[in-house]
Amino acid sequence: MAKVLILVDHASGKVAKTAGELATFAKRAGDCVGLILAPEGQSQALSEQLSNTVIGQVIAVESNDFAKHGQGCILDAITQVVEKVKPDAILIPSTSAGKEIAGRLAIRLNSGVITDAIDFASDLSATQSIFGGSFTVSSKVSSGIPVITIRPSAIEAEVGSSAPAFEKVDVLISEKGKLVTITDSKPAVKGGRPELTEAKVVISGGRGTNGDFKPVEALADLLGAAVGASRAATDAGWYPHTHQVGQTGKTVSPQLYLACGISGAIQHRAGMQTSKTIVAINKDPEAPIFDVADFGVVGDLFAVLPQVGQAISAKRA
Amino acid sequence: MPMKIAICVKQVPDSWAEKKMVDGLLDRASVDAVLNDLDEYAIEEALRIVEPLNAEGATHSITLISMGPERASEAIRKGLSMGADEAILISDPALSGSDALTTSKVLAKVISDGGFDLVFCGTESTDARMSVIPAMLAERLGWAQLTFAGSVKVDPSSSSVEIARMSESGVEVMSASLPCVVSVIEKINEPRYPSFKGIMAAKKKTIAIKSLSDIGISPSEVGISGAWSAVLDAKARPPRDKGIKIEDSGEGGLKLAEFLQEKRLV
Ligand SMILES: Cc1cc2nc3c(=O)[nH]c(=O)nc-3n(C[C@H](O)[C@H](O)[C@H](O)COP(=O)(O)OP(=O)(O)OC[C@H]3O[C@@H](n4cnc5c(N)ncnc54)[C@H](O)[C@@H]3O)c2cc1C
Ligand SMILES: Nc1ncnc2c1ncn2[C@@H]1O[C@H](COP(=O)(O)O)[C@@H](O)[C@H]1O
Repeated sequence: MAKVLILVDHASGKVAKTAGELATFAKRAGDCVGLILAPEGQSQALSEQLSNTVIGQVIAVESNDFAKHGQGCILDAITQVVEKVKPDAILIPSTSAGKEIAGRLAIRLNSGVITDAIDFASDLSATQSIFGGSFTVSSKVSSGIPVITIRPSAIEAEVGSSAPAFEKVDVLISEKGKLVTITDSKPAVKGGRPELTEAKVVISGGRGTNGDFKPVEALADLLGAAVGASRAATDAGWYPHTHQVGQTGKTVSPQLYLACGISGAIQHRAGMQTSKTIVAINKDPEAPIFDVADFGVVGDLFAVLPQVGQAISAKRA
Repeated sequence: MPMKIAICVKQVPDSWAEKKMVDGLLDRASVDAVLNDLDEYAIEEALRIVEPLNAEGATHSITLISMGPERASEAIRKGLSMGADEAILISDPALSGSDALTTSKVLAKVISDGGFDLVFCGTESTDARMSVIPAMLAERLGWAQLTFAGSVKVDPSSSSVEIARMSESGVEVMSASLPCVVSVIEKINEPRYPSFKGIMAAKKKTIAIKSLSDIGISPSEVGISGAWSAVLDAKARPPRDKGIKIEDSGEGGLKLAEFLQEKRLV
């Protein structure tokens, strides 16, 4: 039976939703082993949050060096756990850091690496959606232990019912692992809304909001949606950069993406084009966003958005 | 000690161009090629660090390093006209179809042989979109990795670099001693347009074109033959169905709500 090691992402004491998703993919190929890298004294509590996933076993490494020195230490730890567990594949969440860790790990293991996969099959092959979703490519690592990063929300997590077996292991962190020192860290502020890459519905605002995101946020709250922004909006300081959607922001693929006052530049489309349904509100009938929209309203977002909200509330009442 | 700065730059197909795949690989011949726009931010940032110091008499240098076909020299020329001093282009038929493992191997070899102590990269190439090369370079070179920088401070007197890493997980301030690999995000600066003077000066700057054997790597170690992964299948996505577009004449929002309800999206 194949064994797949997954990296369990977490922030501020909470396990990320990607853990359950990666486990679901891992299960297709065989047993899933979750790896938790955590500060001293925190791994047990994180592991307990995994009882609703299909992770069978957890390996935990505790060290305060992860937060102090970052990826160098993380790489040392993963490499030693891989030697111990001898997995047949390694799955890592496709975040900025996840991709970097995967790339470095592939070099250490002399393995092939595939990033930003949207699917993973029992034969350990992975599927990517490239060039803004215009091509679907499936590939297979042909040398070493496949290292694959998986795009968040690529799959609905399967729900498990038992707590994984928990084991803590010690690793040696090399001096090379500590070349970087992290002196300050401000985690992205989590508002009350769902995380962008995890949300089923994303409503984004662009330059057309003119800095007023209230109508965007109001509809987002009505629909339980996450709020995104174009680069024009984040550059202007209207919305935090962590909410940027696009080539240099996040890639989202929700059931519904609603673009408000966004022209649809190629760099923006690169981050949202694979959404299942795309809806756009824009004053300019020639805006390129309409080329990818399933439903477009040529109009003023300040008039259209509130009306959408009222109509939906009225139906629900 | 003068710093020897390397900037990794890549020529990529124009992001606006339609892309074709041939035998599982991007057909690069069919589209216009440009300098990866994210690499312009890396060039600009390095210039902003070096120019004031050199104006005071320092002799820090900036070398562009690129791996790609010979026509990549067009993109490199743009970087030279922005103000970089010289360039090295590794071009070899055996490199066609290389993956990130190979690219990082080739670039790391040139960087370590060239005696550089600071490397700048963009965060991503707009064609590969892997965002892994800078981290892989740090790994191969055994250097500090300071990536996704939204700001960079270099202190040549103490040989230290500090960045603010800006990623989806938030902002982290991190520092390291030289040598290190830095990648910069597009919010860090506004890249300059090459001036007429810069363009003229660039014509006289050297682009050293090197083959694999020139840099001491055997062709069997790289390229498609040495690739660590294989494409099984590549499919063009069927074109999106043409959407509905309506003009708002007072009830656009109602119609949109109806569409969403019909599709059971809300
Ligand atoms: C290297 C690089 C990386 C980039 N990365 C990204 C990225 O990750 N994400 C990203 O989004 N962009 C990115 N960009 C920027 C991208 O090219 C565009 O400049 C940006 O997406 C434009 O944002 P926008 O659509 O909000 O603004 P604009 O292009 O100015 O469009 C605003 C739109 O709002 C409409 N509008 C105005 N008022 C109203 C109103 N009241 N009601 C309805 N509509 C209205 C206008 O008709 C217009 O179409 C990148 C650019 C570069 C060079
Ligand atoms: N072939 C190449 N030649 C030189 N630099 C490259 C090459 N490929 C990638 N890079 C550098 O690595 C960065 C990240 O690219 P990537 O990992 O391909 O998304 C780019 O912004 C460049 O700075």
